[in-house]
Amino acid sequence: MSADSTPLNTSKETANPAADGSELIRFDKVTKRFGSNTVLDSLDFTVNSGKHVTLIGASGSGKTTILRLLMTLIKPEEGTIKVAGDYLTHEERDGELVPAGDRHVREVRKKIGMVFQQFNLFPNMKVLRNVTEAPVHVLGLSPDEAEERARGLLDLVGLGDRCDAYPSQLSGGQQQRVAIARALAMRPQVLLLDEVTSALDPELVAGVLDVLRDIAHTTDITMLCVTHEMNFARDISDDVLMFDAGHVIESGPPEKIFSEPEHERTREFLSAVL
Amino acid sequence: MNWDWSAVGDFMPMFWDGLLVTLQALVLGALLAFALGLVWAMAQRSGLAVVRWPVNVITEFVRNTPLLVQLFFLYYVLPEWGLTLSAMVTGVIGLGLHYSTYTAEVYRAGIDGVPAGQWEAATALSLPKSRTWGAVILPQAIRRVVPALGNYVIAMLKDTPMLFVIGVLEMLGEARQFASETFLTVEVFTVVGVAFIVISYPASLLMRALERRLVR
Amino acid sequence: MSEITWGLWEILLKGVWITVQLTVFSAALAAAVALVVGLARSHRLWIVRFISGAYFEIFRGTSALILMFWIFFVLPLGFGWQLVPLWAATLALGLTYGAYGSEVVRGAVQAVAPAQREAGIALSFTPAQQLRKIILPQAWPEMIPPFNNLLIELLKGTALVSIMGVADIAFGASLVRNATGQSAPVYTIILLMYFVLAFVLTRGMRVLERQAKAGIGQRPEKRSRLIGRKAEIPRQDATPATVGGEGR
Repeated sequence: MSADSTPLNTSKETANPAADGSELIRFDKVTKRFGSNTVLDSLDFTVNSGKHVTLIGASGSGKTTILRLLMTLIKPEEGTIKVAGDYLTHEERDGELVPAGDRHVREVRKKIGMVFQQFNLFPNMKVLRNVTEAPVHVLGLSPDEAEERARGLLDLVGLGDRCDAYPSQLSGGQQQRVAIARALAMRPQVLLLDEVTSALDPELVAGVLDVLRDIAHTTDITMLCVTHEMNFARDISDDVLMFDAGHVIESGPPEKIFSEPEHERTREFLSAVL
Repeated sequence: MNWDWSAVGDFMPMFWDGLLVTLQALVLGALLAFALGLVWAMAQRSGLAVVRWPVNVITEFVRNTPLLVQLFFLYYVLPEWGLTLSAMVTGVIGLGLHYSTYTAEVYRAGIDGVPAGQWEAATALSLPKSRTWGAVILPQAIRRVVPALGNYVIAMLKDTPMLFVIGVLEMLGEARQFASETFLTVEVFTVVGVAFIVISYPASLLMRALERRLVR
Repeated sequence: MSEITWGLWEILLKGVWITVQLTVFSAALAAAVALVVGLARSHRLWIVRFISGAYFEIFRGTSALILMFWIFFVLPLGFGWQLVPLWAATLALGLTYGAYGSEVVRGAVQAVAPAQREAGIALSFTPAQQLRKIILPQAWPEMIPPFNNLLIELLKGTALVSIMGVADIAFGASLVRNATGQSAPVYTIILLMYFVLAFVLTRGMRVLERQAKAGIGQRPEKRSRLIGRKAEIPRQDATPATVGGEGR
């Protein structure tokens, strides 16, 4: 255990044990249906640790479903999901794979942080407590430790002076930056970003993206984003995955996807959003 | 615990009498509450403060004090003022007056729920006040408030047992009388208690169904 | 006809004390019942939902006065349980108004945005932590105004105990009326007493509401009414039309 005063783990040796380019997220033949509507159809894909992966595609193509599956807000009908070597959806008992119990799910999920489109800060808690609550009560940090970590992160997102405000007293952009700090305070290995700027007024988008860009460039945290900000995607992504009707139809580094897409659907989509 | 089914059988004739009285008091009390509540609601929207204020004070006072005490008040004080009424009439007045202060609130909410554009349209057409209320506002308001009024009728039903204190022989009054003669207390009070659930549960289901149909 | 002497005033004031105690005790019981039953009614196990739903339908379906007769006369005879009158009355009122209150709790908990629960899941809170730290603190300020309505109904309901011989305000009134032969002054006085109690309770709940809303960074809306209590939530079916849906 190294006592670090920096809010984020920036050194590859001490911090993220899995941030060595190995496989961090694995979807294995995952099928998700809502009623008769199949959103994901036997989907396979992997994300290696330390990578920044952006999912693009028309709305309804299944991008957000992937984030919600990882967050265990919904369960897949078929297939398995692994995070850092552990099954998220299942657990092994007597050598057999059975649907995971609540406790197991919570353990694995601690490796994943999420930032929501609508921020979802807790309105009943001040900014600082929004960030310290889970580290104290889920990770078991001491209040002092959690506060130190929270203040560091709030400084990082430029809100160190708003610790005592309620979320309702902040702008949307400020709320979203608190939400980013809240997610990072859990020291997740993966950060899921679900259209984090689409609920913001245009003039507030840049501030949030700057913070995320900063985190992407200075840390080795793995990021999985769903976004409509193509410039942001181009800027931070190592890989871009193009989704259509529950399948990955094209993937590759952003330079390739954005400048010379191979697939017809990708070209259509990009010409519509760019 | 001793349960005597024959006691239940013996009680039934008195029970039916009591049920009839309960329902009479309920229907008459509800009609009074509906009518009087509308008067209060319209008076509360009056442009004259001398009308609005006393009505506000009276309705707040009646709504925030116990029906039981109001019944005693009517029962003992009205005769002192030279107005001698039967127990049943006194009970109906008490019940109707008390609940009119609730129905007034329901009407008020219903009237407030009619879009302001409806008032403006009525004014633009130079409709007289009576037509504005009678043909435009109230028909729209009443439809929305039917389920809420129905729920207050069910609440009134559950308050009717209080009428026995001024000598109305409704279900509870009959039950007490029967119990004091036969000492079959367990059976009669249980029968009356079950009767209330048997009446009010389907009634509340009906109101929930109405709510889904009418309020939207 | 004779004057209302000091001794008679004393009877009335002692009655006020009994009424206040009865209101506080039954409100405490009702609040506990409301919380437990209200949460149980949206529990994930159907048997818990069924039992709590049955409790709700039975206790709000029956009349408080009938329940009181049942507890006073049937419990001792049928089961051999004899309660002190004050506690029997507390039990009857607490169980009845707890059933109404459960609907308030259920509605307020369901009205908390589902996204808040999702944020709790995303931070790996246990279901109990989500309820305690996220859901209930947000639902609580929404519960206070309807709880205020129920509290006033409960206060009015306490007058029923005078029928069972508990010496509350209403009971005191009948004693004083018998002693003096005066009806109008006595009943006017005690109606005013009830009104003042209702007024004080409403003010207290308003303070509570303001504090609760400040505690989550909101400002309460202004009300201009005399007592400010809206009677729009009917006692029978406390479901506001906007809080739709039975269970899940």
